[in-house]
Amino acid sequence: MTNSPKTKALTGAQAVAQAMRQINPDVVSVFPITPQTAIMMQFSQFHADGLVETELVRVESEHSAMSCCVGASAAGARAMTATASAGLALMWEILGVASGLRLPIIMPVVNRALSAPINIHGDHSDAMGARDQGWIQIFCENGQEAYENTMLAVKLAEHKDVMLPVMVCQDGFITSHGVQNVNLFEDKVVKKFVGDYEPKKWLLNTDDPVTYGPLQLQDYYFETQKQRADAMLASKKIYLEIGKELSKITGSNYPLFEEYKLKDAEAVIVVMSSTAGNTKVVIDKMRAEGKKVGLLKPKLFRPFPYTEIAKALANKKYVAVLDRSENYGANAPLFGEIKNALFDSVVCGDKDVCVPKLKSYIFGLGGRNIFESDIEDVFDVLLSDNFDNKVGYIGLRGEEK
Amino acid sequence: MNYKELVNKPQKFAPGHRSCAGCGFPPIVRTVLASTDDPIVAACATGCLEVTSTIYPFTSWGIPFIHNAFENSAATISGVEAAYNALKRKGRIPKNKKIKFVAFGGDGGTYDIGLQSLSGALERGHDFTYILYDNEAYMNTGIQRSSSTPFGASTTTAPAGKVHQGKEEWKKDIMQIVTAHHIPYVAQASVHNPIDLSMKAEKALNTPGPAFLVVLQPCTLGWRYHPSMTIDMAKMAVESNFWPLYEVENGKYKLNYKPSKAIPIVDYLKPQGRFKHLFKPENKHLLDEMQKKVNERWDELVKKCE
Ligand SMILES: Cc1ncc(C[n+]2csc(CCOP(=O)(O)OP(=O)(O)O)c2C)c(N)n1
Ligand SMILES: [Mg+2]
Repeated sequence: MTNSPKTKALTGAQAVAQAMRQINPDVVSVFPITPQTAIMMQFSQFHADGLVETELVRVESEHSAMSCCVGASAAGARAMTATASAGLALMWEILGVASGLRLPIIMPVVNRALSAPINIHGDHSDAMGARDQGWIQIFCENGQEAYENTMLAVKLAEHKDVMLPVMVCQDGFITSHGVQNVNLFEDKVVKKFVGDYEPKKWLLNTDDPVTYGPLQLQDYYFETQKQRADAMLASKKIYLEIGKELSKITGSNYPLFEEYKLKDAEAVIVVMSSTAGNTKVVIDKMRAEGKKVGLLKPKLFRPFPYTEIAKALANKKYVAVLDRSENYGANAPLFGEIKNALFDSVVCGDKDVCVPKLKSYIFGLGGRNIFESDIEDVFDVLLSDNFDNKVGYIGLRGEEK
Repeated sequence: MNYKELVNKPQKFAPGHRSCAGCGFPPIVRTVLASTDDPIVAACATGCLEVTSTIYPFTSWGIPFIHNAFENSAATISGVEAAYNALKRKGRIPKNKKIKFVAFGGDGGTYDIGLQSLSGALERGHDFTYILYDNEAYMNTGIQRSSSTPFGASTTTAPAGKVHQGKEEWKKDIMQIVTAHHIPYVAQASVHNPIDLSMKAEKALNTPGPAFLVVLQPCTLGWRYHPSMTIDMAKMAVESNFWPLYEVENGKYKLNYKPSKAIPIVDYLKPQGRFKHLFKPENKHLLDEMQKKVNERWDELVKKCE
């Protein structure tokens, strides 16, 4: 049964700050960057008002924010920070240390474009630049998802078979600064759900000294990396288990990806985060006109659910993948993964699978708006059965529809 | 502590590590760790100390230890110390349990790439001691110039050649930089004098808030002298006034040792291969400049200590 939540008008950033207040992490390191700052300003106020017992460390850079989390987490604390864009890029080196040392750090990321040119608005290039650093990445459509996934992330990261850091991503400004209705669950319910962090080997346990971060050469490094890769794969199942547990509180579901009117769809859009919400509106409208359109919204981007997605897209006629980031000289990140997934199902000899015709679109870089009419156009292109495999650019100057 | 007490302390940094014969940092680490009986947690920057002491599956560290990366030893210990405060407050660590926090870094990891991280941690006032083992170059990667490398020294990125005579800039004054943070305790020590080193380490460790200690660590490969001469090299650095032993306690300067008659800087430079080119007749003016600089810096320091 769901616990009666309180509905509040909150931005996505405030929703995450509320989750952090309820989680009451031991250590939080803080550094400003637009549009993430909205989270940490709110959390700092909670701290100033005595609503959390957290040790707040106002570091001098994001590099130190992540370094501080690594120290705190290895010391035995539940550690969090939050960032965006250049901040995530500056942390990049230490992201790999965090996951390599198997530290369950939680980090809300408010997705924002990378420089140059400098741009403060929402796109996914920051998270995509960090996707191969051994972090679990969850993408959220709205403030509610960001709030709930932040709680889920704590349990997922700290699960004994996972022990990996988690990024919880929301779209810069669109989600982080857009006011939405957010259902907040009772503090004590959230606290009980996340529980306490019980580290196995921790620096502050001085009776049992441990060496974190040794030098591993040709003889051991390889095995350590394999263990990290295995944990990453294992986390998929554990994500689903913890999601079931969370469902009991929230009444929502936590699948690897969301399907919206997908079952009988002929034309499918695959898109993450806030644009998935717009796509649903368009789907409803087009369905009313009798057009068989649907959505697949990946939530877990790392680990990527290849087989499950391949199954869900099997026998669809047309699939367009919408990426909110470039991948200069290569397939766009999400498109590349979808293509991989479908190829897998073919080489595995699954006879029932007929690979859909694919089209890659890039949209929304640097916060460029995408309109419902743009999404409708994409569906129309798919349904026309008359399109090439060149990358389409939505809303780009000079790009014809 | 006297020598006897010092050598009888439990070993927290075990032998079997793979630093060079004659390396100066093992005695520094041992002396520092022996200077408190409280449990210690250490962080360490990437560099010779870390790579020679933690080769998996072995470790020399008998205390909890974390190596994170090259430039973030101070930020890492900040996180450890913050965790200590939080867990104590929440009762996960007994209220009366005292732990000391120490961050180690080389000169590259401190004067250069880690300067920001150090400055941030000092400014925030974490309760920790930073130990800079200063061997005056990026030794782990093969003797490259750092901002701590002294004027005139030949390194692999500022080598002596037909046109250039090694490093053309003066050594950065890290003591001044750290002192400018107005932290309670800042000191400079040398590996040849373990009694002075231990006295300073003890003070640093027992000072609430941040404390900083820079220790000169001669490096046989980088400085190019015979491995049996590490302690002599450190001693000559002090006797020549190139490396004065002093401390700044709550803003007050104190000279810990004053040579009765300073030896000429050339006596210190002569046994070191990194300065060999300076002894060509045409480079005599460089040696003169160095002597002048040493005198100037010494006079400045003596004034501050009056
Ligand atoms: C970000 C980064 N840049 C460069 C390196 C390569 N690196 C590792 S150790 C080191 C030199 C360390 O010099 P120092 O701090 O003086 O310590 P030492 O080796 O002399 O003990 C360098 C350049 C690195 N590990 N990380
Ligand atoms: Mg060095």
